[in-house]
Amino acid sequence: MTNPTLAAGAVERHLRARRDTGRGLLMPYVTGGITPGWTDYLRAFAAAGADAIEVGLPFSDPTLDGVTIQQAGHTALARGASTRRILADLSGMPDLDVPLVASTYYNLVLHDGPEAFCAALRRAGVDGLIVPDLPVHEADELTEVAAAAGIELALLASPATPEPRLAEISSRSRGFVYAVSLMGTTGERAALAASAAELTARIRRGTDRPVLLGFGISTPDQAREAGRHADGVVVGAAVVRRVLDGAGPDDLRAFVATLRRALDQEV
Amino acid sequence: MQDVLPWREPVPLDGTMGEPRARGRFGEYGGRYAPESLVEACREVDGAFREAWADPGFRGALARLLAEHVGRPTPLTPARRLSEALGVQLYLKREDLTHTGSHKINNVLGQALLATRMGRRRLIAETGAGQHGVATATAAALLGLEATVFMGERDIERQALNVFRMRMLGAEVVPVTTGSRTLKDATSEAMRHWVGATGDSHYCIGSVVGPDPYPWMVREFQRIIGDEARGQCAAELRTGVPDYVVACVGGGSNAAGTFAGFADTPARLVGVEAEGGAGAARGRLGVLHGCRSLFLQDDDGQITQAHSIAAGLDYPGVGPEHAHLRDLGRARYVTVTDDEAVGAAVRLARTEGIVPALESAHALAWVIREAGGGDLPAGSTVLMTLSGRGDKDVSTLKELL
Ligand SMILES: Cc1ncc(COP(=O)(O)O)c(C=O)c1O
Repeated sequence: MTNPTLAAGAVERHLRARRDTGRGLLMPYVTGGITPGWTDYLRAFAAAGADAIEVGLPFSDPTLDGVTIQQAGHTALARGASTRRILADLSGMPDLDVPLVASTYYNLVLHDGPEAFCAALRRAGVDGLIVPDLPVHEADELTEVAAAAGIELALLASPATPEPRLAEISSRSRGFVYAVSLMGTTGERAALAASAAELTARIRRGTDRPVLLGFGISTPDQAREAGRHADGVVVGAAVVRRVLDGAGPDDLRAFVATLRRALDQEV
Repeated sequence: MQDVLPWREPVPLDGTMGEPRARGRFGEYGGRYAPESLVEACREVDGAFREAWADPGFRGALARLLAEHVGRPTPLTPARRLSEALGVQLYLKREDLTHTGSHKINNVLGQALLATRMGRRRLIAETGAGQHGVATATAAALLGLEATVFMGERDIERQALNVFRMRMLGAEVVPVTTGSRTLKDATSEAMRHWVGATGDSHYCIGSVVGPDPYPWMVREFQRIIGDEARGQCAAELRTGVPDYVVACVGGGSNAAGTFAGFADTPARLVGVEAEGGAGAARGRLGVLHGCRSLFLQDDDGQITQAHSIAAGLDYPGVGPEHAHLRDLGRARYVTVTDDEAVGAAVRLARTEGIVPALESAHALAWVIREAGGGDLPAGSTVLMTLSGRGDKDVSTLKELL
């Protein structure tokens, strides 16, 4: 077997390097195009200590998103956001020194064709990709194309994923393994689901690839707790809800910094 | 009103409407593009369906329910006065005469029985016209299950009668306020809900759409329409097999069920879509609600809203098997306008004493438009599935007429 570190792309190398210093990883999410100056949020995330940033490319029919991210997507689309425009906005940004990971539904990948889609991500400086409605057994069409374009396709694992399948997801995932903390959609929750720890432990038994926990992680306390199980966290709805409520980049920098501190205290 | 593909010579394709290929594929369409959290649930449905479908006990129980509760077999009715006027021989397969008033009940009873076999206590469903919701509420009541039905706000307004029926049957009707507030959004919401409810609930999808095994399973539960009609045509028609087999297409379940009975015959298969919801005729390759098929999309790859006077045809896509049949040239997909459908509904009422569902009126509108013309030569025999009755649409029609 090849050494995964040597085979790893930019996202995985970056996350591994940070993890190996003992740092809990933090990947905040924002919906691309949600406000006119939305790329300022990315700068704020980087300044607050994000280790990677997830940028959602809005889709009309997000079947795995709860109300907050659905609303963010509709807001962005109503403002005229599209994959093309969001990637153009990203291309115009100075380098943040933090890998960008796009996330979207498979229809948008197929629309341009996997090859053109990945090439466009690459040109915009995106390194990774998450497609929540592309489970591992359907991913063949995209995996090689993405790899050839230098895009790391991260696969999702869920609490309902049985053993042999989990092993396949862990080994075929690139960048990191996205552990979905609970059986449900994205959205803020009052507590970290019990299934989160269990799933992370199961993934870790099979791989040394970074494991990021996402879905429902809303507060610094939850981030700290999640950081005890996984290598890091993805925080989506809690960030996006603030944006929808009118919070500016500075407010978001302050919020992400509280998550950062919570993860750091854990060490 | 143009058709995308030319009319090819019909090829009787044995096995065309058999089991899908590996990974639930019909040609390049189908598949299981579901969130990872739902993949296990889909696999369970797949395993349970395969086992049940091979089990004479299950088949027998379903056949009994269909006979005792639904009123199957449904008749084949010659539309005598209309046939004479049109110059073709038109036969109607009367799914409007089923209990609850549409073909949806065939599939729902199959899935509800499967759900009980799997130990599920609750059915989740989406509905547009409300017919699938009513069928689900009915099956749940009959088998002692709970039912939660997602329905777009807009459809709740225009299908108030069916909303009342569902509630009377004990189902919970959940209004969906996102997007176009119609079937597409109700389906998204039902899927989101299913992600959190796989432990005790079965998602009872109402058409030949969704992740594998749904398109195949729903077609198998609906093939009773085609199988019965095939036997009835053999007995009634001098030719044995009709020249044309016509059905309306929303997601495509009544059409798939009807076509399945004739796939291995020379009959020409015609699916009729709403002008504003023509997934098969105008859609582009995409992935929505768990399957790869043809969907109406804008230039950015966003799914566009369908518009049809018939809530059941207000879906921007079509089931994957229809996309495949289209590519093969085995079936042809055409469109008619709202006005044509309304005109056809009135004409059927006045000539045959039957008020059809507006969805079914689309199929009839094509027959009326093309009869005696190039696409439907004079003297042809036509089997048309009347997928449902028009009671639910009377308030819509009252506004227009
Ligand atoms: C009476 C009737 N016909 C047809 C349809 C369209 O569905 P399908 O294409 O799955 O048969 C519906 C859907 O609600 C319906 O109620």
